[in-house]
Amino acid sequence: MSLFDDKQVRLNVDRLPIEFDDYGFDRFGLSKKALIRAYSPMAYFYRHYLKVTAFGMEFIPQEGRALIVANHSGGIGADAAMIFTSLILNDEAPRLGQGMAEYFLTRSPFASVALGRLGHLTGLPEHGEQLLDDERLVIVFPEGARGAGKLYKDRYKLVRFGTGFMRLALKTGSPIIPCAFIGGEEAFPQLFHIKWLAKLLNGPFVPVAPQLIFFPLPVACQVYYGSPMSFEGDGSEPDHIIEEYIDQVRDSMERLISTGLDARPRSFMFEKMRGPEEDGPP
Amino acid sequence: MKILITGISGTLARGVAYRLVQRGHKVIGIDRRPWPDVPEGVEMHQADIRKRPAEDVFRTARPDALVHMATVTHFTTSTEERYRINLGGTRKLFEYCHEYGVGQAVFVGRHTVYGATPDSPLYHTEDEPPLAGAAFKELADLVAADLYAGSALWRWPEIDTAVLRLCYFLGPSRGGTLAGFLSKNRVPMVMGFDPLYQLMHEWDAEEAITLAVEKQLRGVFNVAGPPPVPLSTVVSATGKRGIPIPGPLYSTVLGRFGFPYLPNDAIAHVKYPIVIDTKAFVEATDFEPRYSAKQTMEGFRWN
Repeated sequence: MSLFDDKQVRLNVDRLPIEFDDYGFDRFGLSKKALIRAYSPMAYFYRHYLKVTAFGMEFIPQEGRALIVANHSGGIGADAAMIFTSLILNDEAPRLGQGMAEYFLTRSPFASVALGRLGHLTGLPEHGEQLLDDERLVIVFPEGARGAGKLYKDRYKLVRFGTGFMRLALKTGSPIIPCAFIGGEEAFPQLFHIKWLAKLLNGPFVPVAPQLIFFPLPVACQVYYGSPMSFEGDGSEPDHIIEEYIDQVRDSMERLISTGLDARPRSFMFEKMRGPEEDGPP
Repeated sequence: MKILITGISGTLARGVAYRLVQRGHKVIGIDRRPWPDVPEGVEMHQADIRKRPAEDVFRTARPDALVHMATVTHFTTSTEERYRINLGGTRKLFEYCHEYGVGQAVFVGRHTVYGATPDSPLYHTEDEPPLAGAAFKELADLVAADLYAGSALWRWPEIDTAVLRLCYFLGPSRGGTLAGFLSKNRVPMVMGFDPLYQLMHEWDAEEAITLAVEKQLRGVFNVAGPPPVPLSTVVSATGKRGIPIPGPLYSTVLGRFGFPYLPNDAIAHVKYPIVIDTKAFVEATDFEPRYSAKQTMEGFRWN
């Protein structure tokens, strides 16, 4: 226990429905200590910097497998980090969201260890399957790097979805929970990308925002979870059926996004939005 | 049952021999190395598996089952010799099994045959191809032997062949690959990497091999015990000191400065995990490890 540990994070990490061994690791190399270390500062950002409000937390199951499908919003991962944090800080049913990491991260030193300790495995279909079969909560961004690199002018427009997540959900019999993240595109408005630098670093893209540093502006953000969706099948369906299912998920994500956009009084909002259970004027 | 164990003087093989004798089987052993205080119930032949006297054992003793553990690693032997023993020897033994009517053959291989790469999944299943040879040439002969043993399933269907891919083991004998890596006080780690390591107690490994013989397994099976732990935990729990070394310098320090020797390609196995799925083996044998990772590592530390 360290001085900087967040109390709520520590309590909720202890309540996670995950089996840890004598050394505080689970069977995928996830570390309890690392979770508390990493989520403690995240919780601070969540509450006081990006002032995130979460809606629809009642749709997150207390235990058991599920696949959260979210939009990418802002190119530097603040969206993913805040979605993961909202799940940990959910006192009703704290869960650990486990993401699928970019290949180039998992082969670089330090990053691969850090990701592994936090439960984010290399983005392989086998890993998604293993996690869901182990009753975990997996988070996917089916837009992929295409969606993360969205410019400000294309904000909140969903780009083409990959089909892997739907086959994964069908194969493992996991419900899909649609999720929308609002505010990331204002917190880090991407004006343009430096292509040659991306090539040099071997990464997907290098965005440039008005703040000129890789750090979000303190814009208030919101996370919306929708009701779980289940689909019939075993993952071996032909593409047109899969596409049809994906369109349904896409539709409910678009509905969540427009609800979220309509609920904001203005796009560059710097004060926290009132939560679902809080009283008083908006 | 009359069971022939090749490589019987090895660490695990002796334990397997004891266990089989205890359960009322007759054990015959072949090894180039002697086993001076061979226990009662074990008939020892000091011979090379590739030579005539080994075939004579098959011809005269007519065993019911073979447990093939006469494989060598890069720690002891040159490349050519390894191919001759691991691949040539395995081939000879399976031919003898076919020729002399041995009904069952168990090949004890290693889980490292899957290979360690950054983009391979955790929990390898038996239907994944063993890829280690591509990136780690010192393992290519063992990969070939593993595949050759597996091919016996269709080549000689009358023999019940089991190929076991066994994870690292640690135990009081202080033998085996991982024990060698942990033999010095300082253990070379690769800076910025800390892969999951799957290890089991030596006695559990012996028990698993014994079960494979008794249950007359057929097919390829991954064998492991408790869930994996990060290498840094293995190092600290066994009372060693992990020294992080930048990747590019890694091969330079091996065998120097009090670090153990490893071939250059072994660096992948210190950077990336090899973790195996053991569902099939557990289903077939009801195997349950008696020792947790913690007990195994601390036992190794204080032994």
